[in-house]
Amino acid sequence: MDGQTTIWRVETKTRASTAFAILAMLAIIAGLGAPIYLPRATLQDLFFILTMLALAQSWNLLAGYAGLVSVGQQAFVGLGAYVMFAGVVLLKLDPLVAILLGGIAAALLAIPAGIFAFRLQGAYFAIGTWVIAEIVRLLVAQWKMLGGGTGTSLPASATRHMQGVDLAHRLFGFRPAQAVDVICYWLALLLAVATIFMVYRLLRSRHGLALASVRDNQEAARAVGVDARRLKALVYLASALVTGLVGALIYVQKARISPDAAFSVTDWTAYVIFIVVIGGIGTIEGPIVGVLVFFALQKLLADFGSIYLMVLGLIGIVIMLFAPQGLWGLFASRTGIQLLPVRRLLRGGPIKN
Amino acid sequence: MNWADTILQGILLGGLYALFAAGLSLVFGIMRLVNLAHGDLIVLAAYLILVLVDTLHLNPFVALVIAMPIMFGIGWLLQTYVLNRTLGPDILPPLLVTFGLSVVLQNGLLQAYSADNRRIPSGYLDTASISIGSLHVGVMPLLTFVSAVAVILILNRLLYATELGRAFRATSDDAVTAGLMGIQPHRTFAIATGIAMTIVAVSALYLGTRSNFDPTIGPARLIYAFEAVIMGGLGSLWGTLIGGIILGMAQTIGGAINPEWQILAGHIAFVLVLLFRPRGFFPRAVD
Repeated sequence: MDGQTTIWRVETKTRASTAFAILAMLAIIAGLGAPIYLPRATLQDLFFILTMLALAQSWNLLAGYAGLVSVGQQAFVGLGAYVMFAGVVLLKLDPLVAILLGGIAAALLAIPAGIFAFRLQGAYFAIGTWVIAEIVRLLVAQWKMLGGGTGTSLPASATRHMQGVDLAHRLFGFRPAQAVDVICYWLALLLAVATIFMVYRLLRSRHGLALASVRDNQEAARAVGVDARRLKALVYLASALVTGLVGALIYVQKARISPDAAFSVTDWTAYVIFIVVIGGIGTIEGPIVGVLVFFALQKLLADFGSIYLMVLGLIGIVIMLFAPQGLWGLFASRTGIQLLPVRRLLRGGPIKN
Repeated sequence: MNWADTILQGILLGGLYALFAAGLSLVFGIMRLVNLAHGDLIVLAAYLILVLVDTLHLNPFVALVIAMPIMFGIGWLLQTYVLNRTLGPDILPPLLVTFGLSVVLQNGLLQAYSADNRRIPSGYLDTASISIGSLHVGVMPLLTFVSAVAVILILNRLLYATELGRAFRATSDDAVTAGLMGIQPHRTFAIATGIAMTIVAVSALYLGTRSNFDPTIGPARLIYAFEAVIMGGLGSLWGTLIGGIILGMAQTIGGAINPEWQILAGHIAFVLVLLFRPRGFFPRAVD
């Protein structure tokens, strides 16, 4: 000590995270330009990966950070998609506006759904969310103007004239059908990046600290003034909004909807859970790793139908039993590398480190 | 619409839901484990009985007697080798493992038996009915209800008047202290899940003889079972029967008004009960 005062600092930055931030920037720029140099089929694969990633991030925020294990996320995907359809087919809105409407509708649904499901503790919350999804599915199946139980299609003219298609056509010379895919892809990229950024910012804020404290010890957290219920409600709402937006976007691209598909527990919740569990629950990097593994498995095994789902289920069970921190967790605990660190590190002070 | 008939059918249907729910309730009561694969295990048992009936040409009730110990074994193995590893303060592992199991069972059955509708033939019992005044009651629905009452009587007797039941209750209250008294919690849990699976076999017989089934109907049975348990109040088996009856009546009355509303009416009854009686009608457990 030579009379100099050294100050303690709380940081989350690590060397790996700085490098990753630069790489991520480059990847986003490369991703934005992808429609120019990648074929349409690859773009559709990327669309699938990005939308699943956004869904996985929002479920991970719910289950991994807020301890709210929902198996009813298909309620928000389905409602978001159906309200988008209603906006386009019945109100003649631009699909982009209708996507926003779908997201808002999902967030609005989360208010009564939350009031209801939050009455159920722990594991029963899971089945409660499933019941909500069933109720919404059965109600939507009564919506005769949108095809009832059999569903309906988006008129091709609606998406052909949506915002941005004309621009993409003039800038890059894409044909309208191709331009629709490109716009959907850009939106998926935007949603996925925004979701990751939102989750990251949230976890690094004081709300994130509060969430972690609730997860580690709810009573102790309450004792220091953390309102666990309000926090959890906020997370539930935010994840419903994201899930609804993604659901609406997916169905702009699919252009064909039915209650059974839009409210499918397999497509919108089981896949998402497996992505997060395989990649690593409770980390932001986990779902990114998980979605890549999931996509690779799907490419390899998709032809086998139900065997594919069995394998996915078995992998999920094995990981949960023997490596509950998932692939990313295994990697991070061996190497100490964190790409999107949310853990606060104490640096500086009299001890040189 | 014949109200008396509709209500009677609803009550009898409630017996089936109480059977679905009894196993779920038992397992939750003893180890606080919610098995998301419960419905798929019911469907698995239905296929097991169907295979026994088809290949050995057995009477379905004889097939049930064979299926019950098999299901007990499956439950015991499942608990010993898989579910016991997931128990702990964190609710994520049991939920995610049983959810994975649900997906594996569903798709395994799809792979083995295709998505075709199946039914367990029960001979003349399929159509047999008894007349009470102007009401006609099917023998199978009546048997279902009687079985539900019998299962609950036996379970209550088991829980409150036997050494095993004392071990169940002690482990439920405090597994660590029960361990000090010479009870091995994990073995107790394995027996409990085994018993739950024998009840699952009973419910599967009635599920399979009363209506068509296919590999994908499991999750809906889980939801009905869950609704019956919550409406009845956690920790009370008679409450679960009442919960099942409310669900059954809501469904038959809804279905009588408009066939498309049958399932929806049951869910709405559940939501209403949860809003006005959050702890159900006969809550016993504190948590």
